[in-house]
Amino acid sequence: MFGVLMVTLLLTIALVGSNMDVILKQGIIYQVRSEITENSSIVESFDSVKEFEEFVQAQIDQRIKALGLDNPWYSPQRIGFTMYKILILDFGNATFLTSDSGSSNVGEILLEKIPRTVLLFTTATIIISMIGIFLGALSGSKVGSVVDRLTSTFAVISSSFPVWWIGMLMIFLFAFTYHIFPARATPSMLPSEPGYVIALLYHMALPLITIVIIGFGSWAYLVRNFMVGTMQEDFITAKKAIGIKKNKIIYRHALKNAAPPIVTILALSLSGSLGGAIITEAVFDWPGMGRLYFEAISVMDLPIIIGATYVLTVLFLISIFIADLLYGYFDPRVKRE
Amino acid sequence: MNDTSSSEIKREFMKSRSGLVGIGILACLIIMSIIAVITIPIDTFKQWNNPGNWISYPKTSIPIWVNYFTTEKIPEHVIIENPEIITKDGIISLTSQQFMLDYDYSDFPDGLIYEFDTEYSGSVLLHISVIRPDQTEMLLLSTSLPYSDTKTQHHERIFTTDNNIKKNLEFQSANLDANKNTKSSEMLIFSDANGEVLNGRYLFLVNFYGVNQQLEILDSKLIVGGKAFGLMGTDELRRDLMVGLLWGTPLALFIGIVVAIGSVTIGLLYGVYAGFKGKKTDEGMMRFNDIIYALPALPFLIILAVTISNSIFVIIGFLLIFSWVGIAKVSRSMTLQIKIKQYVEASKIMGQTDSKIISKHIIPQLLPYAFASIAISVPAAITTEAGLSFLGLGDPTFPTWGQILHDAHTFGAASRGLWWWIIPPGAMVAITGLAFVFIGNALDAIINPKLKR
Repeated sequence: MFGVLMVTLLLTIALVGSNMDVILKQGIIYQVRSEITENSSIVESFDSVKEFEEFVQAQIDQRIKALGLDNPWYSPQRIGFTMYKILILDFGNATFLTSDSGSSNVGEILLEKIPRTVLLFTTATIIISMIGIFLGALSGSKVGSVVDRLTSTFAVISSSFPVWWIGMLMIFLFAFTYHIFPARATPSMLPSEPGYVIALLYHMALPLITIVIIGFGSWAYLVRNFMVGTMQEDFITAKKAIGIKKNKIIYRHALKNAAPPIVTILALSLSGSLGGAIITEAVFDWPGMGRLYFEAISVMDLPIIIGATYVLTVLFLISIFIADLLYGYFDPRVKRE
Repeated sequence: MNDTSSSEIKREFMKSRSGLVGIGILACLIIMSIIAVITIPIDTFKQWNNPGNWISYPKTSIPIWVNYFTTEKIPEHVIIENPEIITKDGIISLTSQQFMLDYDYSDFPDGLIYEFDTEYSGSVLLHISVIRPDQTEMLLLSTSLPYSDTKTQHHERIFTTDNNIKKNLEFQSANLDANKNTKSSEMLIFSDANGEVLNGRYLFLVNFYGVNQQLEILDSKLIVGGKAFGLMGTDELRRDLMVGLLWGTPLALFIGIVVAIGSVTIGLLYGVYAGFKGKKTDEGMMRFNDIIYALPALPFLIILAVTISNSIFVIIGFLLIFSWVGIAKVSRSMTLQIKIKQYVEASKIMGQTDSKIISKHIIPQLLPYAFASIAISVPAAITTEAGLSFLGLGDPTFPTWGQILHDAHTFGAASRGLWWWIIPPGAMVAITGLAFVFIGNALDAIINPKLKR
């Protein structure tokens, strides 16, 4: 697992590194030139243009060296240094982006964005999974019924719709045609004001509804398929024969047996939800991890890209680990192997 | 693993209603692509991002078929091109054109533009007038083209916002309204005595008078600006959305199918090889698989598109990198099951080579699964590409549906109520995805009969 983490980081650095270097060097050149031209006493102290240019170049080289940019990004020292810094959770400072409070510390920026993403996407994932498990169990126990057919059809149709497009439609319909919900997902008042929570929930409603509508169908379909498999097992037939109530069989026995894969998916989608959804956040103007990621990539803000990738990958790996543990709890056969 | 033969699958598939619907939609899409390739010259769609190409089209105009459903008739955008040219020679030569316009709408047009390309020498007088449905004639403009001794080509656009036209019209207008000088030229041309729209047939006469010389009209058009245009309307940059939507079809199908076939092939071969070899090879290959699996796909796709290239072919390659992983896992575990079957063992003992066993015994059994996964992974590829384009990372030389939506989002189409800019491209993405999901699910149900019962 640790290896996976390191490879992910190396790949990120490899992809962004060279562009990052070019941008940083350009930045330094610009900075040095503007500093020197602003200070007219320096400019006047040179006789020829050539001498002046040499001086400027020397200044630039000096600064590049001071920042360690004279080594290419793939040099062992720089990669090693970056990796070491990340491992001790020191993400450094962002190059361009700042948090809303003005800090450019990557850790602080991430801490500011993650709660917002959790608020929207993790809530949505939990609602989706609850509806999905309930509907899936219901339709899995009555294969071929109206509920089952409706769920399956809905799952198939919703799975081919891009969430962000539905988002645009929802904004068009409910924010501008019928003025029910606001279009922007962030409330305009300050967090300290009273009523902020209600305003936030009101603003959150539209993206939340959109994500849930598109999401729960495929969940229900998955759960249904697991349930169909379990409901055909002998022990369920035996329980039916004994005369245990159907609801009890479905929710107590069958669902528990179908639980391991469901729990795995739940763990993965919960950790996945932390990354937010880049495109959905762009549509609803939600200032979470997805937007941060996209902004960071578009201006090549390496520290933020690396920091976010690292945090998300770590969370992803932890959730795989937890899913494995839970798998063992629900299905003790796995442990023995 | 059950062994279903291909003819059985075909028979079962013909019974599946959703599968047939999927095939039907796919056939429609393919017909659309063929129509697009045949009817729309490749130049038009290459000019998609060139504003100059769309200059004679209206801005954000509604599709014309909306007029069938409303009582208020929205004026259509009409472009009349190259009508018959009548020439009269003599001491004073005359070259004239007539543009006929049947106007039947509830609102005034959005300006008139006369655009022409001529070749002449000497001095030429241009005279434009209009005969209205009530048989009155109004002079729009009488002006001379720049004098030239030699034969020259002259290109000009005459707009009705021109001050001379406006002044001419104010004198002649039938409109009795006192403050008619506040009205625009097209309002004066198209209004009756009460200031209402006058519907009927308008005849625009364009006469070029020359002295002792010939004038040739190479190209000419009269553009009557309206708010409705084409089957799909236009966007903020005056582009005909029909072109974009039609050309998006072959592109989306191409991206989806190439990525799906590519990733399934890679995944299948990778998984089968790992599963068949077993031991350390398997272990190593599966760890590599895990790494790709753990990479956050969309962020990496964005990084790749930003740093390396956003050409459509390169993007297809990037999509391939992330989409074969799941298939490799499944086909590996399937191979593990098949590997221990007796006939495989038997052929091993008989000295069959590994490659023969894989190609003769293992891969044929995985093929139904492979076809189902190809169909199921097409929509994912299409939506991911659309998503990347939506973020503005698409290939600028090809108009995909995602890019149309990107433009719609940047120009705030949702807030301005431009539904024809948002709904069709997204619906196309969804319908295309749906076709493949239907086909895939039908195949899936045949391969895993357990799910049906």
